[in-house]
Amino acid sequence: MASGTFAESGADLELVGIKKRFPGFTAIEHLDLTIPAGSFFALLGPSGCGKTTTLRLVAGLEDPTEGSILIGGKDVTKLKPFQRQVNTVFQSYALFPHMTVLDNVAFGLRRRRIEDPVAKAHEALVLVELDHLAARKPQQLSGGQQQRVALARAIVNRPALLLLDEPLGALDLKLRRQMQLELKSIQEEVGLTFVHVTHDQEEAMTMADTVAVMNKGEIEQLGAPQDLYELPRTAFVANFLGQSNLFTGHVASTTSTSITVDVEGAKITVPTKRAQRHTGEVTVGIRPEKLHLHKDEPKTAAGTNSIGPGRIIDVSFSGVSTQYTVAVPGLDNLTVFQQNTTFGPIAHEGAEVWATWEVDHGFGLQDDPGAAPRFPADTDTATIAVQKRRALKSELEES
Amino acid sequence: MTLQEGLAVSEAVTARKPASRRGARLGFGNWLLPLYAIISFVFLLIPIAYTFAFSFNDSVKSNIVWRGFTFDKWLNVCDQIDVCVAFGNSLIIGISATIVATILGTMIAIALVRYRFPFRSGISLLLFLPMATPEVVLGAGLAAEFLGAGVQKGLGTIIIAHIMFCVSFVVVTVKARVSTLDPALEEAGRDLYGSPNQVFWRITFPLLLPGIIAAALLSFALSFDDFIITNFNAGTTNTFPKYIYISAARGIPAEANVIASAVFLLAIILVLISQISSAMKRKRLAAAGG
Amino acid sequence: MAFSAFATGTAKEQAPRRKSKIALLLLLPGILYLMLFFLVPLVSLVITSFQQPVPYGDIGEFQNAFKWENYVDVVNTYGEHIFRSFAYAILATIFALLFSYPLAYFIGVKARRWPLLQNLMLVLVIAPFFISFLLRTLAWKAILSDESFVVTGLKALSLMAPDAHFTGTPAAVIFGLTYNFIPFMTLPLYSTLERLDTRLLEAGSDLYAKPAMTFFKVTVPLSMSGIVSGVLLTFIPAAGDYINASRDFLGGTGTQMIGNVIESNFLVTLNYPAAAALSIILMAVILVMVTVYVKRSGTEDLL
Repeated sequence: MASGTFAESGADLELVGIKKRFPGFTAIEHLDLTIPAGSFFALLGPSGCGKTTTLRLVAGLEDPTEGSILIGGKDVTKLKPFQRQVNTVFQSYALFPHMTVLDNVAFGLRRRRIEDPVAKAHEALVLVELDHLAARKPQQLSGGQQQRVALARAIVNRPALLLLDEPLGALDLKLRRQMQLELKSIQEEVGLTFVHVTHDQEEAMTMADTVAVMNKGEIEQLGAPQDLYELPRTAFVANFLGQSNLFTGHVASTTSTSITVDVEGAKITVPTKRAQRHTGEVTVGIRPEKLHLHKDEPKTAAGTNSIGPGRIIDVSFSGVSTQYTVAVPGLDNLTVFQQNTTFGPIAHEGAEVWATWEVDHGFGLQDDPGAAPRFPADTDTATIAVQKRRALKSELEES
Repeated sequence: MTLQEGLAVSEAVTARKPASRRGARLGFGNWLLPLYAIISFVFLLIPIAYTFAFSFNDSVKSNIVWRGFTFDKWLNVCDQIDVCVAFGNSLIIGISATIVATILGTMIAIALVRYRFPFRSGISLLLFLPMATPEVVLGAGLAAEFLGAGVQKGLGTIIIAHIMFCVSFVVVTVKARVSTLDPALEEAGRDLYGSPNQVFWRITFPLLLPGIIAAALLSFALSFDDFIITNFNAGTTNTFPKYIYISAARGIPAEANVIASAVFLLAIILVLISQISSAMKRKRLAAAGG
Repeated sequence: MAFSAFATGTAKEQAPRRKSKIALLLLLPGILYLMLFFLVPLVSLVITSFQQPVPYGDIGEFQNAFKWENYVDVVNTYGEHIFRSFAYAILATIFALLFSYPLAYFIGVKARRWPLLQNLMLVLVIAPFFISFLLRTLAWKAILSDESFVVTGLKALSLMAPDAHFTGTPAAVIFGLTYNFIPFMTLPLYSTLERLDTRLLEAGSDLYAKPAMTFFKVTVPLSMSGIVSGVLLTFIPAAGDYINASRDFLGGTGTQMIGNVIESNFLVTLNYPAAAALSIILMAVILVMVTVYVKRSGTEDLL
C-alpha cells in the first residue's frame, strides 16, 4: 500500500472460498462473496452466524484458515490490518480513552503520515456535526456522539472499504433510527463501499442496497431487501426476515404457470416461477399481512387461495395492525396481520373465520422438508412450554 | 484524622441516610457502625500518632520518655549518621528493586492475559507461591542459596531478594489492568494503520500506565518496609527497618521517628492528592457528559 | 457440515488469545528470575535441611547428607514453638476478622453513596502501611509498657493486677499480630462487600428473614471469597512473623515463635540444617492448612 494517499474510490471486495476455524469450532464453513464497489452491503444474521468473523477477516484482525480475500482485485489475504486500506467502526466504538476526539480522528492520518492531519480531522468531524466537541475526551460524549466520532475516525482515512460491526447496537431505538438515516446519507455523500454487519433485520433492510442473510457460517440468500422479503428461498430467511406462515405437502397438480400443493386436504397454489421446487414434498409460504380474514366462507375464485374454517384463538392489538392467530384443523396455527382501517377488531376470539390470499403472493422454499430441519427454528418460550406439556402428557399416558 | 473530623464524617453519613426499616428496627446500621468505624480508625492510627509525636521529642539517647518539644531532630536528621545511611540504602534498594520488578512483572502480566502458551497453570502457581510463602522461608531459602554458592551478602543480594518477592505483586496488579483493557482498542489501532510497535507505545502502554504506576508504588512500599527477608540476606549492610531492629534493644533515636514520619506524610499526601484529583475528574466528566 | 461445532461460544469470545513467540519473550525473563531466586532457594532449603556437620569442622560448616533426623530433632526441640506459632496466628486471624468485618461492611456497604468518603476511609485503613512495621510495633510496646498510662490506669481501676505486665505476654504478641495484619484482612473483605448487591439483603428480609438471619444466610456467604483471601493474607505472614514475638518488641522469653528460632538458628548459632528443616516444616504445614481451608470454604478458583 502506498502510504500517504487516499483511496480513489470505493473498491469491490471479493471473498473466495473462505473457511475459518477457531480452536474447537468452525466459524465459517465455506464462503464466496462479491461486494460491488460503492454499494452499501449488509451482512444479516443471528449471533454466532459468522458475520462478525467475516468482517474481522476482511479487516485483517483474523487470518482465514483457507481461501483468499481480494480488495479492488488485489489479494490482501496476507497483509496485516495496518497495511490494508480498510477501516472498521467497532461495535463498542473502541475510541481511545486517553486521547481527545480530535486526536482519535487524526490517529490514522498521522500513522500514514498524511499531510495536515488536523485540518482533515476537523473536516471529518464537521461531516458528522461534532467539530465543536473536538477537544473533549470520548468519555465525555453521549453514546450517539461516540458512535459518530468512531465513524469520523474511520471515514477520514478514505478507506476503499468501510466495515461497520453492529455500530448501532448500543443505541436506543430513536437514536438508532436517526443514525441509520445519517449513515446512509454519509455513505451516499462519500461514495465508499460500506459493509455493515447487523442482527437487526429492519436496520439491514432500511439501509442496505444488498443484504446477505447469513446462518451457521454460510450465506443463505443474497439480494435486494425487497426481493429477500417477498421471495425468501429458505425457511430460515422466511422466518428471520419478518414472519411467515409455512405449509408443507405434496405437489398435487401442476399447470404451466403454477403448482398446487395438497396440505392435509387444503389446496394451496403457488406460481411456478416463485417456487424453488416443483415436485414431491415442498414447503410453501405466505406473509401474514398478505392474508385476508372472512367471517363467511368465501367463494372459490381463480387466483386466490383459501383456507378454513378455523377458529381465532388469539387477538393482539399493536396500533397500526392487529395480529390474529387462527387454529385450522390439520394445519399449524396461522398468523394474520390486518391493518386497523376501522375501529376495533374485525373478528373476536373464538370466531369462525376463513383466510384467503392471492396466489401471486405465495412462495415456495427450496428446503427439503423430508430431511430433518437443518436449523431448528428459534423457538419462543410459549412453544417450548407447549412441547414440554405434550411430552409430559404422552409420558403420563404411557404409564 | 482527628476525632472531631471523624465525628463530622459520621454525622454526614448518618444524617443523609434515610432510615431504612431494617436499620430503624435494629438501630444497628444507623449509629453503632459509624461509631465503631471511628473507634477503629482511632485505634489504627494510635501508633502512627505516637511515632509522629515522638519525632518532636527532645530526647538524648533513647526516645521513650517525653522530655520536651523540639524541631531539632527534624532539622538535623543526619546527626545520627547511621539512620541516614540506612535510609539511603533503603531508597537505593527500593528504587532498583521497583524498576526491575515492575518491568518483569508487567511483561508477565501482558503475556498471561493476551497469549496462549503451554504450562499455563504451572506458571500461575510459580507466580502465586511467593505470595503464599512466609517471609522467613523466602529469606532463609535465598540465604541458603547464597551460602551454597558462596555469594557475599550485601546491597546486591538484598536487591535480588526484593525483586523476587515484588514480581508476583506487580503481576497481580498489572494483570487486573490488562484484563479490563478492551482488546478492540488495540485492534482499532492496528486498523488505523498503527504498526505493532506504534500500537503498543501509543495505545496499550498509556492505557496500562495507571496499573503499572500502582504496581511500582506497591513494590516500592513492600521493599522499603521489608525487614524479615532483608535480615537474612543483608550481611553487614544496614537498611532502615534493619537499623530499627538492631537499635530496638537499646532504644530508637528520635531521628528514626523523623524519617518514618516524613515518609508517612509524603505517602499520605500523594494518596490524598491522587484521590481528590480523581474525584474531581469524575465530577468534571459527569458535568460535561451530562 | 460441522454445525455441531457451533455449540461452543462465538468467534468474538474466543478471538483475542493468540499463540505467539512474543509470549515466550515476555514470560522468559521473569519466570527464569523466579525459578532462580524462588524455586532454587526452596530446593536448597530442602538440601540444607538434610545436611550434617563437617567432622571436626568449624561452627556453620556442613556437608550434604541425608540426615532426616534433623527433622525429628527440631520437632523435639522446637515443637512448642511450632505449635505456639500456629496457635497465635489462628487467634490473631480470628481477632482480625472480627475487628475487620464490621469496618469493611461499613466502608463497603453503608458508605457506598459517598465515594470520596469511602476512599478516604480506605486510606485510613492502609495508613499503618505507610509507617515502618517495626516502628509501629515499638510504638505499641511503649504505649502498653508498664509505665504507660494505659497500664497504670488499668491498674488504678483494679482492672489489672498490680504486679501484672502486658508486654512480654502471649496476649501482647497476639495483639501485635492482630494489629499489624488488620489491613490485609480489611481490604479483601471490603472489595467483596463493596460489590455486594444490597437488593439481595432486601430480598432476604422480604422473604421473612430476620436481620441476623439475613446477615448469616446472605451477607456472609456472599462475602466468602473476601473472607477466604483475608484469612490467608493474615494467617500466612502471621504464622511466619518473628518481630512481634521478639523480646525487643512485644514478646518475651516465653513467646518465641517458629520465625524467631529460624532466625536465631540461621543467623546467630549458624545451625543451617535446623533452620532449613524448620522452614520446610512451616511451609508444609501452611500449604496443607491453606489447601484444606480453601477446599472446605469452596473457593478453589481463588488462585
